Amino acid sequence: MTDNLSRELLAMMHDQLVAAYPNEGGGFLLGREEHGRATILEITPVHNIFPEAEQYHRYAMTPQDWMRLEDEADARGLTLLGFYHSHPDSPAVPSEYDRVHALPNFIYIIVSVLKTDPVETRVWRLLEDRSRFDEYALEVTQG
Amino acid sequence: MASIKIPTPLRQYTGGQAEVTISGRTVGEGLHDLVRQYPALGPHIYEDGVRRGFVNVFLGSEDIRFLQDEDTPLAPDSKLRIVPAIAGG
Repeated sequence: MTDNLSRELLAMMHDQLVAAYPNEGGGFLLGREEHGRATILEITPVHNIFPEAEQYHRYAMTPQDWMRLEDEADARGLTLLGFYHSHPDSPAVPSEYDRVHALPNFIYIIVSVLKTDPVETRVWRLLEDRSRFDEYALEVTQG
Repeated sequence: MASIKIPTPLRQYTGGQAEVTISGRTVGEGLHDLVRQYPALGPHIYEDGVRRGFVNVFLGSEDIRFLQDEDTPLAPDSKLRIVPAIAGG
C-alpha cells in the first residue's frame, strides 16, 4: 500500500523535526483516505508535553490537542489520518513504546534525525491484532 | 440515551459512525455496552479486562480519571468521548 504527501509538506515536517533535535518532535496528519490509500493534505505540529529531560526519546501530546484537531477535521470533512514524530539518532522504525501506544487504521510516520539531517522517513501502520507494524510505501508528490 | 464519540481510527469498527448511543448507569457500564454493540472495538479499549492506559475517556471536558473513573454516573444526556493518548518514543 502507498500513502502520499507533497514534497513541500515533507520539507516542512523535516524542518520542524530537525529544529526539535536533539529532542523528539511531532504532530498530526490530516487529509483524505480512499480505498486504503491516504493523501496527506496538511501537517499540524503539536507541542511535546513530556518532561524536558525525557524529550530526547519520548514524545506525547495532550488529549486536548487530539480533540481540537479531530473536531476541526470532522467539521472540514477531512480525516485525522495519523501522527508523525522523530527518532533523534535512532532508526525510523517503531519502538515497543510506539507499538503499545498505537492504534490500527492510523498512519505513523517516523523520521530518523541525525543532527541537521532527516536521514530516513518511513511510514507504518499497526496490524489489527496489535502484534506489530506493517510498513507502507510513501509517494512524495510534486507541489 | 448517553452517547460516546469514537476516535477516527476506531470508527471502522462502528460502521463509520463518529458517535453512537450507549446505555448504562456508569461510565464503565456504558463502555461495556459500547463493546457489546461493537465487539471489534474490544481489543483496542481493553487488555485482559482492564482499560488500556492510552485510552482516555472524557465526560464533557473532564477526564474521568479526575471524576470517579469508570464509576462516574451516566445521565441520559451524558456525552462521553474516547481520546487516545498519543505518544511515541
